[in-house]
Amino acid sequence: MQITVTVNGTTYTSDVEPRRLLVDYIRNDLGLTGTHIGCDTTSCGACTLIMDGKPVKSCTILAVQADGSEIRTVEGLKRDGQLHPIQKAFKEHHGLQCGFCTPGMMMVGSALIEQNPRPSEEEVRWAISGNICRCTGYQNIVAAIQAAGRELAERG
Amino acid sequence: MTTTVHPKTSPEVGGIGHAVRRKEDDRFIQGAGRYLDDIVLPGMLHMAIVRSPIAHGRIRSIDTSAAEQTEGVVAVITGQMLAEHNLAWMPTLSGDTQAVLATDKVRYQGQEVAAVVATDPYIARDAASLVFVDYEELPAITSPQQALEPGAPVIRDDKEGKTDNVAYIWEAGDKEATDAAFAKADVVVTLDTHYPRSHPSPLETCGALADVNPATGEATIYLTSQAPHAHRTLFALVAGLPEENIRIVSPDIGGGFGNKVPIYPGYVVATVASLLLGKPVKWVETRTENLISTGFARDYHMHGELALTSDGRILAMRASILSDQGAFYADAQPSRFRAGLFHICTGSYDFGAAHVTAKGAYTNKAPGGVAYRCSFRVTEASYLIERLVDNAAWKLGMDPAEFRMKNFIRPEQFPYRSPTGFVYDSGDYHTALREAMKLVDYEGWRRKQAEGHPEGKLYGVGIASFTEVVGAGNSKEYDIAGIKMFDSAELRIHPTGKAILKLGVRTQGQGHETTFAQIVAEELGIPYTDVKVQEGDTDNTPYGLGTYASRSTPVGGAATAVVARRIREKAKKIAAHLLEASEDDLEWEPGRFFVRGTDKGVTIQEVAFAAYTNPPEGLEAGLEDVCYYDPPNMTYPFGSYIVVVEVDPGDGTWKVVDMAAVDDCGVRINPMIVEGQIMGGLTEGFAKANMQWITFDEQGNCIGSNFLDYLVPTAWETPRFKLGATVTPSPHHPLGAKGVGESATVGSPAAYVNAVLDALRRAGHPVENIDMPVLPHRVWGAIQGVAVKP
Ligand code: FES
Ligand code: FES
Repeated sequence: MQITVTVNGTTYTSDVEPRRLLVDYIRNDLGLTGTHIGCDTTSCGACTLIMDGKPVKSCTILAVQADGSEIRTVEGLKRDGQLHPIQKAFKEHHGLQCGFCTPGMMMVGSALIEQNPRPSEEEVRWAISGNICRCTGYQNIVAAIQAAGRELAERG
Repeated sequence: MTTTVHPKTSPEVGGIGHAVRRKEDDRFIQGAGRYLDDIVLPGMLHMAIVRSPIAHGRIRSIDTSAAEQTEGVVAVITGQMLAEHNLAWMPTLSGDTQAVLATDKVRYQGQEVAAVVATDPYIARDAASLVFVDYEELPAITSPQQALEPGAPVIRDDKEGKTDNVAYIWEAGDKEATDAAFAKADVVVTLDTHYPRSHPSPLETCGALADVNPATGEATIYLTSQAPHAHRTLFALVAGLPEENIRIVSPDIGGGFGNKVPIYPGYVVATVASLLLGKPVKWVETRTENLISTGFARDYHMHGELALTSDGRILAMRASILSDQGAFYADAQPSRFRAGLFHICTGSYDFGAAHVTAKGAYTNKAPGGVAYRCSFRVTEASYLIERLVDNAAWKLGMDPAEFRMKNFIRPEQFPYRSPTGFVYDSGDYHTALREAMKLVDYEGWRRKQAEGHPEGKLYGVGIASFTEVVGAGNSKEYDIAGIKMFDSAELRIHPTGKAILKLGVRTQGQGHETTFAQIVAEELGIPYTDVKVQEGDTDNTPYGLGTYASRSTPVGGAATAVVARRIREKAKKIAAHLLEASEDDLEWEPGRFFVRGTDKGVTIQEVAFAAYTNPPEGLEAGLEDVCYYDPPNMTYPFGSYIVVVEVDPGDGTWKVVDMAAVDDCGVRINPMIVEGQIMGGLTEGFAKANMQWITFDEQGNCIGSNFLDYLVPTAWETPRFKLGATVTPSPHHPLGAKGVGESATVGSPAAYVNAVLDALRRAGHPVENIDMPVLPHRVWGAIQGVAVKP
């Protein structure tokens, strides 16, 4: 089937098998390998990207369902050569170790702070509770998301 | 012991003690990491594995015809085909053998039976489901107790003359002295506990991309490998490939935790497929495959006893362990003794005698027994002693902190020879516990506990004061599959004063690219940002045993310090030449030699330039060296963790309301990275205490084969941690550092469990033990005094 999607500002028209998962389309067809796969049960969030403004788990959506939508992946966080506040904050607060969960965490985190730039610790923990990190123990991820929110808020 | 170390270098140089931000992060935060599944090679094929749906059965026949006829399928590989090349079996890291693809029997659910190679991963999976295997089902053995019953079916009938299911028997300590001490005891406490099967489940699963060049026979094998050099040698031995033709590349690794130490059948089959087909072949596990077939951890049934005096002194310890090894004994273990377990089974305590036996049994479960953030079996050992000590304090009516203080090895006793014969390098256990008590406000929580919870819940306070052992070798005593446990560092200083450091270890998130650059910065004064750290490619790094069991800083870090010092020696000669002074008149400060008493000096960068442009006569040009470091002893990090929980007696749920962790891992190279490692470990400890385990039903079906059934904590469940530090340098490590990656996973589980038990006991429920995970229904059953299902 033919689909048209806009990913990180570029519009692609592709022929995909109806059963093709969006994550495979993004990773293999578009070569955007920053979006990862960590499970087969929609549990880990490593595959999270932003579709039409909302974080979605791209392993649980078919590429054909994304037809006509606007997608942002981790590769699209940086704008005009500037890192997104969430990217800087993850580094500054040691919010990553192996980095495998990081793109998913940052996508969920950026969606959260764009709506609510000053989330409480509880709100951050709830927002990322669909994402698993096996390395960090989350404390620094939470701190990073809150710090990024503050920066976003201060920028106005 | 001190609590702070002042950095000797400026923040820009970023030597030891600076919490500089990680260099590797720049690529990860931009989605530009390169993990195994991100690598694409031209003409690459995809492999899927056909696995056994049953736990034990004889293979009658395999019908591959439907799979072969599927469009896009290039090959179907069976054990028979491998057997023709003598590749159906491979050695494990502990001297056993393991089936690559089953030929005779399947021995656990999820075992590899065949593989399908196709042009597309979807097609490979489709066709894998079209391989029909006819099994004659055999009764499954799902516990080591069952395995050792007389007349139990022999799982390993592939081993000639094997008539039972015993995998190994080991022993340490002095039985007679221990028996004598027990005979004199006023009180004996005993504990029977099962440390349940767990799985490291790094977020990235395991995989391989094998690329054998049909013209030259050169094999480049991309592997999710924590030990690429050791894997290269094993590949050479298993596949009979000449070692110089094998290049293992371990790309960015999405977490390892021990899961990526063994060689898995999928790696071997992908390589054979590439060899046979002349094309690159990629194989990446699904999460379910990762959980049901790759290296699990723990599954230790432990019996322990402490002999005590009535006034609260430990006299001796006895322990016997029955380990469930699964169908193949694939524990990554030094061959000479049960490292880890025997080293620190007596914990942080000073007493005269101990005797420990360990028996391993084959069962119809996945093989492994890998370290999961754990130096061999220290996690189980630490758990046993810390639970026993807690029960001892309780039985004697003593405060658990006071009991520990009374029995700790005293600082002046180090180096301390343990009753099992191992030498602890350094420690100050009293201070670490005191610091943790301050940090958590131990007295305050005890007061609150005595006053009672405002909503009728139960407060409990649990302690664990663990001692760990990490950093194998020395190479005389430690080896993996015969390869000695040293590690290496090669340092090259470029003419412009920048450097590249190549290591035999392999990071999986621990931050080596930063930490090891900081060691060079410390020793040579070259800013850490100017030092590139390279690991993982066996063609471009010196030989090493890899990263697991917290050995990178103790061994690879020591190698880095030593090689940098050697380079400094040579640099001094060049500096003397440049300054026209005698070497004896030169002094070193970070980054610069100067003539004593003058301001005449040269920077290390100037020296580096001269090494290539103006070397002194009689001295070889260049500024590089390599060190293979063989540690004189292991390092023994330690710490005290205190957990405060709130238990709801109505439903048995519990949550952590406070937690303080004081770790002493010697000198901390990058305190931020160290704390990150500790928080990750505390979370894994909590996971095992609270929710995370793998079980099997009577047929040997794995329960816990995905992240819906195998519960790993999210941010929502994970407690908040307060961290503290003491610094007791290792006397034998060039930097005074010890390893830290696993301390918290090793030490913390007992603290959580002790806290829940403390809550129940102080509320008048005399509960001896609840096994992990401490699930609500188990707690509720313990409060009610009724037996509940596990
Ligand atoms: S890969 Fe999508 S949730 Fe795990
Ligand atoms: S940083 Fe490794 S999984 Fe989160």
